[in-house]
Amino acid sequence: MYVAVKGGEAAIDNAHRLLAEARRGDQAVPELSVAQIREQMALLVDRVMTEGSLYDPDLAALALKQARGDVVEAVFLVRAYRTTLPRFGASAPVDTGAMAVERRISATFKDLPGGQVLGPTFDYTHRLVDFALAADTVSEPAAEAEPRADAGTCPRVTDLLAQDGLIEPSPRDDGTPVGDLTREPVDYPADRALRLQALARGDEGFVLGLAYSTQRGYGRTHPFVGEIRVGTVAVEFVPEELGFAVPLGRVRLTECQMVNQFKGSGAAPPQFTRGYGLSFGQSERKAMAMALVDRALRAEELGEPVASPAQDQEFVLAHCDSLQATGFVEHLKLPHYVDFQAELELVRRLRAEFERKSDAVEMQEAAE
Amino acid sequence: MTTAPRDPGSEGDTAARQAVMALCAEASRADLEAALSGLDAPAAADLRPPETGLVMASGRIGGDGRPFNVGEVSVTRAAIRLADGPAGFAYHLGRDRAKARLAAILDALWQDPGRRARVEAALEPAARRLAASRDQAARRTAATRVDFLTLARGED
Repeated sequence: MYVAVKGGEAAIDNAHRLLAEARRGDQAVPELSVAQIREQMALLVDRVMTEGSLYDPDLAALALKQARGDVVEAVFLVRAYRTTLPRFGASAPVDTGAMAVERRISATFKDLPGGQVLGPTFDYTHRLVDFALAADTVSEPAAEAEPRADAGTCPRVTDLLAQDGLIEPSPRDDGTPVGDLTREPVDYPADRALRLQALARGDEGFVLGLAYSTQRGYGRTHPFVGEIRVGTVAVEFVPEELGFAVPLGRVRLTECQMVNQFKGSGAAPPQFTRGYGLSFGQSERKAMAMALVDRALRAEELGEPVASPAQDQEFVLAHCDSLQATGFVEHLKLPHYVDFQAELELVRRLRAEFERKSDAVEMQEAAE
Repeated sequence: MTTAPRDPGSEGDTAARQAVMALCAEASRADLEAALSGLDAPAAADLRPPETGLVMASGRIGGDGRPFNVGEVSVTRAAIRLADGPAGFAYHLGRDRAKARLAAILDALWQDPGRRARVEAALEPAARRLAASRDQAARRTAATRVDFLTLARGED
C-alpha cells in the first residue's frame, strides 16, 4: 500500500524552475519553435501522435518540446490533454484504398496496378552520418516526373490475391458496435478490433520486440509484406445537426498488409492468412510490427498452439501501453518510506529470530 | 440548438456543399480570411462558440473489413447564424477556432443561392494553391517509382 507524504513544496517548485531552464538548454543556442519540431522531427511527432492516440501534429510537437524530447513523457502530455476535451463522436471508417499515396511498396509482387513508389524513405541509404547536415545546407530540390496513368488507383495487394480466393477475406463488417478501450476496460478475450486499437497505441519498442520474437520462432507466422502504403486519407464525420458526412480534412496514415502462412483443412482449400497494421503519420516500423503481432494474436482463431508471449493476448494487451507501463514502473521512485519502514521492521525481527535460533543450535552443539 | 434541417436541398447541393467544406478544411486560415474579406458578409452571431473536441477515427481491419478504432483526432467546430438568416457550420481537424468560425461563415454564405457563385470564386485561389501542391506532391512521388527486376540465378 502506498502511504502519501507531504512537504517538499519549495524544493519541488525550484526543481520545476530548474527543469524549465534545463529544457531550454544553453541560452546562446536559438530556441526551437514548435513548427521546427513539427517539420524537422516529423517521424518523432508521428510516433507521439500514434502512441498518444491523438492526431494533432502541432500538439505532439509542443508536447515533445515540453518533454525535452522524451517520447513517453510527450505521450503522457498528449493523453492528459485529450482527457480535457469533449468527444464529438466517431468518424466514418477511413478508406485507405482511396489514399493519396506518397509511398507504396510490396515485397510479394513487383508489378502492381498503380505501381510501386519509394517516397521519402531511409531504405537503401548507406546509414553513413552526413556531416554536411551539421552546417546549414540547402538540399537539392526533389525530382519530379509525370505520374503513371494508373497512379491514382492503387488497389490493395490483398484485393488482388482475394480475386482468386488465395487469401482469406477481411472479417466482414456485420454492423456490431466496435469496442473502445478508452471508454470501457478491456475484457478478455478481446476481439480483434479491440486488440488492434490497443496495438495501434502501444509502445513501438514493445510491439517491435514482440514482432521480432515471432520471427525468431516464438510463434512463427511466416510473414511477407504484401504491401506498405503511406499517404493521406480524408476523414469524415456526421454531425447530428447536419445529418450528412462533413469532411474534416486529411490525415497521414501508414498501412501494412502482412501476408502470412497459409492454412487449409479437409473442408477449406489452402489460403494465405493476414495481419494488419495502421498507424498515424509515417510510422512504418510500427505498422509492420503491429501487423505481425495482430497475426500472432490470431493463433487461437486459426487453430494454432498458443505457446509464446506474442500469441498471449492478455500478456500483450496488458503490457503494450507505454503510459501504463511507465506509470507503474516509475511510481517506484516516489517516497515509499512507510512501506519500507514496515519491511525493515520485519527483516529486523526475522534476523533476530534467526540469530536466536542459531545461538541455540551452537549452544546445543557445544554442550554435546 | 435546433437539429431540424434548415435547407433540405437536393443531393447534388449536399455534395457541392461538402466539396466547399472539404476545401475550407484543407485551406489555411489565411486562405479563408482572404476569401471572406472580399465578400462583405453580414454580421455573424455564434450559435455555439467555437469549440475544440475529439472525434474517434476508425479504420477497417485489412483495409476493407470490420471497423476498429485507430485513435482520436482533434477537431474544432463552429456554428454561426448570419444577421440575414442562414446558419453555417464547420468541423475541422486541429485546434484553430478562428479558422473554423471563418469556415462556418463561408458555409452560411454559400447556402444562399444568390451568393454561392461569389463564395466559390473567392475560394478559387485557395483551391488552385491546394491543387498545385497536390500535383507537385504526386509528381515528386512519381519520380520515386521503382521497377524491381528479378535476377536470373544462373543455376545451369
